[in-house]
Amino acid sequence: MSVLFWLLAVASVAAALGMIFSRRAVYSALMLAVVMLSLAVLYAVQDAPFLAFVQVIVYTGAVLMLFLFVLMLVGVDSSDSLVETLRGQRFAATVAALGFVLLLAVGVGNAALGDVAGLAGANAGGNLQAVAGLIFTRYVFAFEVTSALLITAALAAMVLAHRERRHPKLSQKELAKQRFLGPHPTPLPPPGVYARHNAVDMPARLPDGSPAELSVSPVISRREPERREEIEEGEKQ
Amino acid sequence: MTPINLIVLSFVLFTIGAVGVLVRRNAIVMFMCVELMLNAANLAFVTFARMHGNLDGQIAAFFVMVVAAAEVVVGLAIIVSIFRTRRTASVDDANLLKY
Repeated sequence: MSVLFWLLAVASVAAALGMIFSRRAVYSALMLAVVMLSLAVLYAVQDAPFLAFVQVIVYTGAVLMLFLFVLMLVGVDSSDSLVETLRGQRFAATVAALGFVLLLAVGVGNAALGDVAGLAGANAGGNLQAVAGLIFTRYVFAFEVTSALLITAALAAMVLAHRERRHPKLSQKELAKQRFLGPHPTPLPPPGVYARHNAVDMPARLPDGSPAELSVSPVISRREPERREEIEEGEKQ
Repeated sequence: MTPINLIVLSFVLFTIGAVGVLVRRNAIVMFMCVELMLNAANLAFVTFARMHGNLDGQIAAFFVMVVAAAEVVVGLAIIVSIFRTRRTASVDDANLLKY
């Protein structure tokens, strides 16, 4: 039991530190998954099997999947810049963290933690049955209010993520007209896929050696202009 | 596995989450740090439930999980709508109300 605790404690603290120090947001999400799974095991060994399963299903399954979904939507390469925008902020944050831990440690050190009563009595008829009994009797009002909260959250997400169409949708006829009357009636040039960069975000080269902007999808070039410039600079050198 | 060890672990995780909220600039990572703080609080709740021998702490942790799930939905929707208008997920760039 003690060995299990120390293993999980070291793993979860290391993963939490990795989460706040890794520059890539996807690594942070995976580290958070490690922390949550360790906590689920800690719940399971503390006579809370229901919460352990809810932790795995709701947090690791649903919430982290939502995080990863939004990360992919926003762009996985949106890594943090390491520049401090406020001078001395990291130092101040570290000092504040140490002070906070000290404060909590002193508080708990002064509190009289009694002996562990254990949950054998409360869990006598099964943990799930005991938790359900409490939820549907003493905490039934909070449980009902939760339903209002969930409905509000779902509505809020729909309102926030909804976008009004500002222009009427173009029909196929209008699209064809736009294209054939526009400056570029032929198909657009394909991206330049070279031996060194096997990727669609590299522009093709015109006969004079300049990059052909039309050959890269505007979605891609808008998403990562800095990276393309970096690669092109590297090529020139 | 004495409760004091678990309580201290929960403090440490909570503090790491708070530091993450303070130092990171990516809105999504900041949000993950908030989730870490909620999880640390849940660990303390479960430990106190075992210490006192009744299940009220576990119920509190359960409600924290429900609220956290609702909060994630709304928060991520806000991040997506900010990303749509400003093309960035960095909290430094959402500064229209600053001056």
